[in-house]
Formats: sequence, structure tokens, C-alpha cells
Amino acid sequence: MEVKDLYRDVILDHNKHPRNFGQLDPCDTSADGNNPLCGDRLTLTLRLEGDRVTDIRFDGKGCAISTASASLMTEAVKGKDEAAITRLRDLVHQTLTAHGETTLPPAELGKLAALAGVRDYPARVKCASLCWHTLGAALEHHAQRHADHGPVTVSTE
Amino acid sequence: MNAAVTPRAYDVARVRADFPILSTTVRGKRLAFLDTAASAQRPLAVIEAVDRYERGSHANVHRGVYELSQKATDAFEGARERVRRFLNAASIKEIVFTRGTTESINLVAQSWGRRLGPGDEILITWMEHHANIVPWQMLCERTGAVLKVAPIDQRGELDIDAFRALLSPRTKLAAFTQVSNALGTVLPIRAMIDAARAVGALTLLDGAQAVAHERVDVRTLGCDFYVFSSHKLYGPTGLGVLWAREAILREMPPWQGGGDMILTVSFAKTTYNELPYRFEAGTPHISGAVGLAAAIDYLEALGIERVHEHEQGLLARASYALRSIPGLRIIGEAKEKIGVVSFMLEGVHPHDLGTILDDEGVAVRAGHHCAMPVMEFFNVPATARASFGCYTDDADLQQLVRALSRALEVFG
Repeated sequence: MEVKDLYRDVILDHNKHPRNFGQLDPCDTSADGNNPLCGDRLTLTLRLEGDRVTDIRFDGKGCAISTASASLMTEAVKGKDEAAITRLRDLVHQTLTAHGETTLPPAELGKLAALAGVRDYPARVKCASLCWHTLGAALEHHAQRHADHGPVTVSTE
Repeated sequence: MNAAVTPRAYDVARVRADFPILSTTVRGKRLAFLDTAASAQRPLAVIEAVDRYERGSHANVHRGVYELSQKATDAFEGARERVRRFLNAASIKEIVFTRGTTESINLVAQSWGRRLGPGDEILITWMEHHANIVPWQMLCERTGAVLKVAPIDQRGELDIDAFRALLSPRTKLAAFTQVSNALGTVLPIRAMIDAARAVGALTLLDGAQAVAHERVDVRTLGCDFYVFSSHKLYGPTGLGVLWAREAILREMPPWQGGGDMILTVSFAKTTYNELPYRFEAGTPHISGAVGLAAAIDYLEALGIERVHEHEQGLLARASYALRSIPGLRIIGEAKEKIGVVSFMLEGVHPHDLGTILDDEGVAVRAGHHCAMPVMEFFNVPATARASFGCYTDDADLQQLVRALSRALEVFG
């Protein structure tokens, strides 16, 4: 295991040039995520048709792992419905936490497989998973919209 | 014998041989442990003292009439006497064992702090560890007292004029760190203590980052409370010390109730034990105290002044080497510092830096150092921090510099 396996070119590229960066205004749902341990902050804004994500942006400040993970996630979930996103989220979570495993990450991950190196750095799992937790909160928030809710904040702590 | 003894040069290789952990490897690389400010490593002398105690002397203290209990009590009280000598305190009644610096401060806030009321003020500085901020905020919430904060400047030094200006007869306590854990700044504690005393305020000194680097004499310092942790002094974790003047401790109500802190208990009335036991409810960390005493012996045998000099050399060389790295900014450039260098590398988040350095065997702290106001002041989310101890050598510094070049390569 080399540090280069963690900081692959895809990760470095998405860190330097994050995709879908900024905020959608107006948006159908949003959520804030923060990791108080390292000060990473993230805001997700989404547009939805039914439970399908038609557009998504992220905004915030964080380390390369958290920035790249959020950037890759926005690309991966655009056009998918909630069931597909949940499947993808579970796969990402399994891959990130498979400490000590050397098997190839599942093909369904696509470009998200670039994050597989995180599994050898357990201290960094929270950096990569923050955006997925935040996305889950935003979608849940949307689903419960009929009730009276303000914007939600999730924390990895 | 009256011939002058020529002091031998500081032999860091010999010191390193006393620390078993330094010969371990990390990810196949030599360990360059540069996180001593978070927790210092333990020399063999400490490990063995704890081991001897566990094997041959353990029982509960202050209780049994049997020999083993007496041995444990002697070891524990011997450690208290060792700490008294280390601080040059007047009496062992002034040495209270706690779980650490944090608990020592909370003890003062919860016990001594009960006398505060609306309109009273507590003065701290912008450089404090959260442990010297939050207990006072909680105390202020309870009592209606007001927390004041003395500002710092861009070099990471205290604005001493502002500190003086914030003192008034309303100030009941000035609580400040001797050395900043995030920046390494040594504060002008003598001037601060004098200024606080002049308005009638008591002073609490957080010595967590100082005791392993400077000789402390509480009677010369003139402060009223002095707190520190064993594990920053090459001793075990889970143990700390509160020193306070006997006259002040005597006036303080107990804070935790339980065994060992009482003389008699009945449902009608409980009478409290004498000092310092009144503040030590429950079975204490006996082996920790034994280890701390061994750590003090070890450090004093090395010579705190010589260790300090060694660390100052490292600080100068490290600062010089780091400044030559393109895009590296040192946070905290006070004139007087201990062996701590906090820094940012342009384009590389401190957490990514921490991971890449770890991969090269270099252990540094990356984060806010439990000093979020300091991070906010310098407008950074976090920094990487390299800190030095008696065993740090030039090979550690070279490994750090090499690892930083590697980080620049990766993040090109």
C-alpha cells in the first residue's frame, strides 16, 4: 500500500477541479454536513423530479479526500433515483470500510472506485463518507417534506 | 573533590535508547515521532517502575493494615512527595492528584468557582487550550460571572497591554497557559502574574505544555494554582496534578464525594478528610503516580535545562529547514517558543499532509489542537504541528523535510 493509492490522479484532479461546485438556487432540497474533528464543511443542494436527482451541487471546504469524494458523488448520482442512490451508497460504504482487503472494488462503483484506497487509512473514512451522509439527509428531508422541516445538518461525530 | 565537572555533550542517541517505542517501524519506515506535545513517549525507567509496582506492590491505598497495602500507600505517597519536590511546593498537602490537566482545571472551576457571582470576571487568553476555556464558560453560565479574553497578535504573542487593561478589581481569577500548545509560544507569565496580583486576582497557570521543558518553582512564580498532566512529562496517561496554596485549598469545598475523601460518614453528617485527600474521592491511579515519579526522576537526571537547550537547537534548525520549503507557512513565530512548529503547506490540507507524512513514518498532529479560537484567529481550519522532546533528533527533522517534499510531489 502506497500513499499514491490513496491520492490517485482522479482524486487529485477532482480536488483541484471539483465538479458541480457551488449551490443550486432554487433547489428542491438541501443539507449541511460537517466533520467537527477536522473542520470539513459541506452544503449539498439538489433538484429532483419525483425521487430522481436531476441536478446536484456541493459547496464547502475540506481536505482532498472529502472534496474529491463529494465531487465524484455529484457526478455519480445525477440522473439516479433514490433506490439506485441507496444501493450505490451502501457499496461505497462497504468499499471504504473494507480495511485490510485487497480485492478489487465492485465494478458498479465506476469512477467512485478511485476512493478504494481510503480503506487502508481508517482515520480518513469519515472524510470520504461525509458527503454520502449529507446526501442521505437531504433525500430523507425531501421525503418528509410534508411535515414542517427546516434545512438539516448532519455530523460525522 | 572540587574540580569543575565538565558537562558531557547532550547524547541524544543514548536518550533514544531509553525509549523502546522509538525502535518500532511505521508502514515499514523508521518512526519519526514528532507529536510529543500531544503525548510524550515513555522511557524504560517509567515502564519498569510501573511494572515493578504492579508485580510486587499493588493493593489499595490508605485502607488495609496488611503489608502490601502499606507498600502501595508508601509508593503512592512517595510519588506525591516527589511531585512536591519537583514543583518546590511547601507541603504535600498542596499536591492533589487528578486525572489530568483538564480535571485539575475543572476541579478549580467547580470547587473554588462556587464563590463567584454576577459581575465577577475571569480573564483568559486567546491562546488557551479548550480545557482552559470550557470549564470557565460553564462556570460563568452557572454563576453569572463574565469571561474576558486577552487578544494575541499575528506572531502568536500575547498582547500584554491588552491583558493588563482587561484586569480590574472585578477580576477574580486570571487563568492562562504557560506555553501555547498550538503555537509553542512561551507567555510572559511573570508579568501576567504580577499584573493579576496587583488587582487582587488569583492566578491559575496551565503548565501542561511547559513542565517537560522548563523548571517550575511554584513558590518563586507566585501563582495560586498550577496544573499539569503526567503524560506530557514522559509519565503515564490518566494522571495529573493540581497544586494550590494550602490556604486556598483549605477554603475550597470538596467537589466529588466518595471514599477516601471523608473522615466519618453517617446519614446525619459527613466530615471531610484533610488536605489533599479531601479532593481525591475514590481509588486513585496508583501505578500512574508511581510512573510519574519515575518520569520526574528520569527527566531531572537528564537535566531539564539541557533538554531545553537540545530542543531549542531542534526548533531553530527545524524552523530554518521548513522555511526553505516552497509554499510552507509557519503559524506562530513568537520570539520565545518551545519546540513546537505549527505550519500550513499551500494547496495541501493539513489532514492530507498528516496522512502523507504518516506514510513516510512521520507522526505529526494535524487538526485544530483543541485550540479552535487560535485557528480562527489565523483564519485556518487546522494546521500540521511538529513538536519535539528529549529524544527528538536531526534524523527526525530530515525525515520530516523529506516527507514534506513527498507531499509536494503528490499534490504537485
